[in-house]
Amino acid sequence: MLRALWLGCFVSVALLCAAQDQNPLAHDPNAAKAGEYEFRINCALCHGLGARGGGRGPDLTRAQKKHTHNDAEMFQVISNGIPGTAMPANGTNGQGVGMTDTEIWQIIAYIRSQEAKATAKSTGDAVHGKEIFFGDGNCSMCHMVNGKGGRLGPDLTGVGGSRTRTSLIDSIRNPSRRLAWGLTEATKEFPQEYETVTAVTADGKEIQGVAMNEDSFTVQIMDQGEHIHLLEKERLKSFQKSRESLMPKYDPDVLSDKEVDDIVAFLAGLRAK
Amino acid sequence: MNGNPKAFHREDCEGKPRKALRTSNYFRLAAIVCTLFFGFHIYAQVTPERLVGSGKEPQNWLMYSGDYSGRRHSSLDQINNSNAKTIVVKWVYQTGASGKFETTPLVADGIFYATAPDNRAFALDARSGRPIWLYQRQVPSDIRPCCGRVNRGVAILGDKVFFGTLDAHVIALDAKTGAVRWDVEAADHRMGYSFTVSPLAVKNLIIIGVSGGEYGIRGFIDAYDAETGQRKWRFYTVPGPGEAGHDSWKGESWKVGGAPAWNTGTYDPTTNQIFWPTGNPAPSNRGAGREGDNLYSNSLLALNPDSGKLNWYFQFTKHDEHDWDATQVPILIEKDGKKLIAQANRNGYFYVIDRTSGKLISATPYGKTTWSDSKDSEGRPVANKQASPTLEGHTVCPGALGATNFMAPTYDPQTGLVYVTARDQCDIFSTAPQPYEAGHAFYGSAYFPSEEAEPYLGFLKAIDPITGEIKQKFQHTSPTWSGVLSTAGGLVFSGDAEGNFIAFDAVSLKPLWHFQMGGAVYAGPMAYAVDGKEYVAVAAGSAIYTFGLP
Repeated sequence: MLRALWLGCFVSVALLCAAQDQNPLAHDPNAAKAGEYEFRINCALCHGLGARGGGRGPDLTRAQKKHTHNDAEMFQVISNGIPGTAMPANGTNGQGVGMTDTEIWQIIAYIRSQEAKATAKSTGDAVHGKEIFFGDGNCSMCHMVNGKGGRLGPDLTGVGGSRTRTSLIDSIRNPSRRLAWGLTEATKEFPQEYETVTAVTADGKEIQGVAMNEDSFTVQIMDQGEHIHLLEKERLKSFQKSRESLMPKYDPDVLSDKEVDDIVAFLAGLRAK
Repeated sequence: MNGNPKAFHREDCEGKPRKALRTSNYFRLAAIVCTLFFGFHIYAQVTPERLVGSGKEPQNWLMYSGDYSGRRHSSLDQINNSNAKTIVVKWVYQTGASGKFETTPLVADGIFYATAPDNRAFALDARSGRPIWLYQRQVPSDIRPCCGRVNRGVAILGDKVFFGTLDAHVIALDAKTGAVRWDVEAADHRMGYSFTVSPLAVKNLIIIGVSGGEYGIRGFIDAYDAETGQRKWRFYTVPGPGEAGHDSWKGESWKVGGAPAWNTGTYDPTTNQIFWPTGNPAPSNRGAGREGDNLYSNSLLALNPDSGKLNWYFQFTKHDEHDWDATQVPILIEKDGKKLIAQANRNGYFYVIDRTSGKLISATPYGKTTWSDSKDSEGRPVANKQASPTLEGHTVCPGALGATNFMAPTYDPQTGLVYVTARDQCDIFSTAPQPYEAGHAFYGSAYFPSEEAEPYLGFLKAIDPITGEIKQKFQHTSPTWSGVLSTAGGLVFSGDAEGNFIAFDAVSLKPLWHFQMGGAVYAGPMAYAVDGKEYVAVAAGSAIYTFGLP
């Protein structure tokens, strides 16, 4: 009898654990709809309407996620946040007491439903994309992947896991349309962006690069030789900011659609080491 | 803790200003006479009369906005535009708290009182920043603050200081020891009620407005007897059945109508009216289901402080769907014999109202607005149909954070200008049905930053309150949440999101001095004096910074 009780307990606990590994609402047709509203209230400020990315947070319509591989991991990420990133733990963003477990599962159901809609997949040749990235495309002069490349632009090691193919293509074709987010200061609402800045010092020397940080009185610039300049604005002859990216526009006559597709395939296949 | 009353009194007495400061000889004489007749302890008592006459003792900062007019102006002029470049840090007090630090400190007779996140209150030596007492009320795990575990400061009256807590209690602390003198639960925090506001002491009452517009509360403004904690009146900002304005809500929507009152109002002793602003109707981003004007959300209420009865109201944004709380400090201004109220509203318009009647005089945009292109017969901007949020969302200016927000403004009687922290930012507003659940966030969908409207711009703007004209502006590197202080030294002080505290020339708005504090500013600065020395203080990061001349 005792043995049977132990066995019963074991089976129950095992079932509970199994239930936590996958979304218990996965087959509930109403869960995704309820999750959409929860998503709007709790997630969309960073991850955008339709989970398509909002600049601050990654696009979640991609099946391949940087930090989660299954529903259980996604539940943990939503519950506990991601250390070292702007992703907060549930209930710690100052927006009340946070979501219930059921509401988190509803959100996961919604995200999975959005993934199903995002059908566009890269058909490019990743090996050729890598050659272009480190070769004629000159991408690696400014961008790093897995520790190799330049520092002037954003590190692209994890970009394949956070942005869609469409958005990556757009950034190659129209780099100024949406400047990338840079340094995130805990005290600021919005991070610094990769804005182009041009400073002329008192002795007439022109420094052009990206602003690593800036306030009303100082600016910290990385120039195209990756030198960092720490400048006081009142000592400058002139200081100008531009939302025109230092990255050149890669038009089809520079990189064909096929070549862009190959680069995107290369980036999409990268995994952070 | 400092339980030595003798030492306390000595500090009080030394808290008086010296001759370098602009105070009337009459007041100094009166203070000496009072000291001789009543002993030192007279200075420990902040009487209602002292609050009404706070302008006569500029060494003290006795309420949230400095005085009842809401001007956040100091008549101290020792620190001025000719010596501002020499300003130095005098002391720093680290609170150990994290999160947005929104307090405006008070100073009474050399003692410095402030609050910090997570239900903290404390008293410091205003000359050195050394603690006299610290108080912290345990924060329950199930509080529902909408926007951080913040608090904007204490009120002082008699021998007590008063503050509201995140779990919706009103607490009176002994000003000398920090001991709890009374503690009243005003509402159930599990239903979304909380306090973040700095209360206002009027006569023998402590006036306080509730937070919780994001949780479908029914907003109210309370008045408590300062001595006993007994509630003397409550004004519900959402009228109940049978009350005027109740028919401005469809069906049962009034029960969860929001209209919080989370920023400090002002008081006109000559007409015996308090002016208290209110916030958004709930749910904030969805008008369907609460058809009507939704009184008294987003309004200015003129209340009789003795009875809590409504004299008049003015609603800035009817049937709001953008979370444009009207909770900005209403500033009392006299011009050509007229008694006016000026308010730079979150919806992007600068309003001037006759405070005897509540009639609108003017409404002028002071930032980027797209939501209105017409005015009603009273001159009030009316929302156009395109501004209403949709399921997929579309861009409206200003955004949900508003053209301004809780950042305290200032009115400088020397320049005749109102200085406002403003932002140009547009957002995508979307809406979706959301059933009310008790204690659950109740937005009716949400807003998102609009990429097409980037970059977001932040300004300090100097506005002529009579014409609405922007006379001068300074553009910050990014939008800031700092309040603004003006002083008789021809200076305006404000902070930025990058952590700078800046002294501006009040006319040109050119920065004359700045200091990098290492933490963003979410608070309003204030000024005071001890031992004849002027100080300017502001909360930034997790600390209080106090500045003065070398």
